[in-house]
Amino acid sequence: MKKVMVGNHAVSWGARLSRAEVIAAYPITPQTQVVEELAEMCADGRLAARFLKVESEHSAMAACIGASAAGARAFTATSSQGLALMHELLHWASGGRHPIVMADINRALAPGWNIWTDQSDSLSQRDTGWIQLYCETNQEVLDTTIMAFKLAETVDLPVMLVLDAFYLSHTAEPVDIPDQAAVDAFLPPRRARFKLDVADPHSFGGLVRPDSYIAMRLQLQQAMDRARDVFERVETEWERRFGRKYGAVEAYRAEDAELLLVTSGTITSTARFTVDRRRERGEPVGLVKVKMFRPFPVEPLRVALGDARQVAVVDRNLSPGRGGIFAEEIRAALYDLPSERRPEIFGYVVGLGGGDVTPATIDEIIERTRAGAAPEREDLWVGVSP
Amino acid sequence: MSQVMIADRIPPVELMASGHLACPGCAAPLAMRLVLKAMGPETIVVMPACCWSVIAGPWPQSSLKVPLYHTAFETGAATASGIRAALDMRGDRDTTVMVWAGDGGTFDIGLQALSGAAERNEDILYCCYDNEAYMNTGVQRSSATPRGAWTSTTPAGHPQASPKKDIVAVLAAHRIPYIATATVAYPLDLIEKVTRAKSIRGTRFLHILSPCPPGWKFSDEASIDLARMAVRCGVFPLLEIEDGVRWQLTMNGEPPEPVEPYLRRQGRFDHLTPDQIAAIQSEVLARLQWIERQVEGSGPAVVSR
Repeated sequence: MKKVMVGNHAVSWGARLSRAEVIAAYPITPQTQVVEELAEMCADGRLAARFLKVESEHSAMAACIGASAAGARAFTATSSQGLALMHELLHWASGGRHPIVMADINRALAPGWNIWTDQSDSLSQRDTGWIQLYCETNQEVLDTTIMAFKLAETVDLPVMLVLDAFYLSHTAEPVDIPDQAAVDAFLPPRRARFKLDVADPHSFGGLVRPDSYIAMRLQLQQAMDRARDVFERVETEWERRFGRKYGAVEAYRAEDAELLLVTSGTITSTARFTVDRRRERGEPVGLVKVKMFRPFPVEPLRVALGDARQVAVVDRNLSPGRGGIFAEEIRAALYDLPSERRPEIFGYVVGLGGGDVTPATIDEIIERTRAGAAPEREDLWVGVSP
Repeated sequence: MSQVMIADRIPPVELMASGHLACPGCAAPLAMRLVLKAMGPETIVVMPACCWSVIAGPWPQSSLKVPLYHTAFETGAATASGIRAALDMRGDRDTTVMVWAGDGGTFDIGLQALSGAAERNEDILYCCYDNEAYMNTGVQRSSATPRGAWTSTTPAGHPQASPKKDIVAVLAAHRIPYIATATVAYPLDLIEKVTRAKSIRGTRFLHILSPCPPGWKFSDEASIDLARMAVRCGVFPLLEIEDGVRWQLTMNGEPPEPVEPYLRRQGRFDHLTPDQIAAIQSEVLARLQWIERQVEGSGPAVVSR
C-alpha cells in the first residue's frame, strides 16, 4: 500500500509495523508528530503497546531501558536538547546491551534557540555505543526503522535512526507501506537472551572490577564490529522480501570520478541532482552517501573513495575546535591507504541550524575543491562570511 | 509481645543472603531483608545509585535472591515504570516492581522521575531507605539531612541550615494510593505496611528511616535504638496516608519524648548549643501538630482512581 506521509509518520509506521511493545517519550519539536501518531495508534488499537508519557527524555530512555531489560521491544524518539538530556542513559542502554530503537530528528542545539536541522545532536552521541543510521527519504526512514529492530536484537545493541528536521520530518513523500504479515515474517517477536525474570533471578549492571569491566567493553566493541556484517545481512533479507536496499555506504555515479562528494541525510538528494547535471556535461563527478556512521563503515569507504583524486565531504555538523565530523572520520579511515590511492580530502561545513543547502551550494563546493591545490588545513565554511 | 509471637509474624522466607557489603551496624540490609520477607519472591528490584549499589555485592555475586536491575542515580521510578510496562505486555500481574533507593536518589536527584511516576500512578512500590545524607560518597548533605546536622559538606561551623524535606507530604500531594513510614526498630509494623502496600495497585511509597553508624557518628550496636528513639521523640513519626488525604498515625499515642537524648547520642549533632536543640525541639513538635491536623482533617479521596 502506498501512502503519502511525512518523515515523522514514516517513523511511527515503522514502529507500529515492528510491533513495538513499550514506547516512552517526551515531546520536542520537530519530533512531536512521531509520538502523536503513535499515541493515536495505541489509542485506537492499531498498535498493542504500553505508551508511557513520561516527564522528560531522561525518563523516556530510563523507561525504555527498564522495558528492554524485562524483555520487551522498546521504542522512543527525540531531538536535539532531548537527546542531549538522555546522554547518560545512552551509555547505559548500550552498556546494558539493550536493543532499544530510537529515532532522532536532527535539530540544532541551543543557544540560540533553533529548531531546524543540524547533525550535531546525534553526532555528539558518537561515543555512546549506539549504532547510528542516517536516512535520505521517508521510504528509507520507514524501512530503516523496521530493519533497526532486527539489527539491534541480533547484536544486542541500541540503534538510533536519524532524519533531518523538516526537510524529512515534515515533508510528505509517497511511501510504500509493507504488509504486516510480511514484516512479521522478517521481524518475529523479540526473544531476549537475558531478561529480568522472577523464575530465573539475576542481577544486572552491578559493581564490576577493572578486569570484568574491560572485558565487557571489549564485547561491546566486538558487537559493534559484528553489526557491520549483520546490517548487510539484514538489508539483503529486506531487499529479498521488499525489493529495497540502501547500503551502509552507497556510491552514486562514482565510476571513474575524479571528484567524489560525500554526504549524509537529505543533502544527498540535492547532491544527486548536482552530480546528474555535471555528468550530463561529461564531468567526472560522483557521490558517496554515508548511511551508517556507527560502526563506521571503514572498508566500504576505502573501496568507494580510494581511487578518486579529490573527495569533498559535506558536513551539516560541527565539532568546535576541529570541524566537520564526517570529514574527520573519513580522513582517519583513509589515512593508511597507499599514497597513490589516497585522495585529497576537503571538508566543508554547511547549513548549520537548518540553512538551505541548494544545488548552488554543492556547485560552490565542487568549484572550490577543484581550485584547491591541496586540502586546506581547516574545514572550509560555505554560506557564511568570516 | 513475646519474642515467639513476633517471630511467628515475620515470614520465614529469606530472599537476602547473609553475605553482603554493608558497614557494621547499617540498618539498610535489615530493612531490605524484612521488606523482601513481606514481598516474597515475585519481586523485581530496581536500584538507583545508593549505598545498596555496593551492599548488593560485586559481579558475579549478589546478596539478593530476586532479580535486581541497577540503574542510574535519578532513574529509579522511570526504570521501574518501563519494567512494569513490559510485565503488563507479558500479562504478568503477579510480579511487583519495587524501587529501592536512598534519600539522595529520592529526595534530590530522583525526585523528578518519582514525581512523574507518581503523577501517572505507575503500579510500582517505591521504597526509600533514608540515612539522611549521601553516605556512599562520604556523608555529604542531601535535602533529607535534618537541620543542625554535621555532614562533610555542612561542617560543624555551618551545619545543615534548612529543615529536612517533608517527602511524605510531597508524595501525598500526588494523591497516590498509599504512603507509609517505617523503621527497622518496629519490624512488625514494617512488615504489615509492606504487606498492605503489596496488596494495593498504583504507586505506593514507603519511607524507611535507616540509621547510619559512620554518617551519624554512633557506635555500631545502636542502630535499632536510634531508630526507635527517632520514632518516640517524634523526629520520625510512624504514619500511613491513603490517597494522599487520609492520614493516620500508627504509633501508640503516648506523648513524644524529648529530642535531646536522640540528638546527643549522635556525633553529627555534637556541636549543637542548648538553644539550637530547643529550636529543633519546637520544630519537631510543630510538625507533629501539623500531622495531627492532617489526621483530623482526613476525608474522602479527592481524585478517583
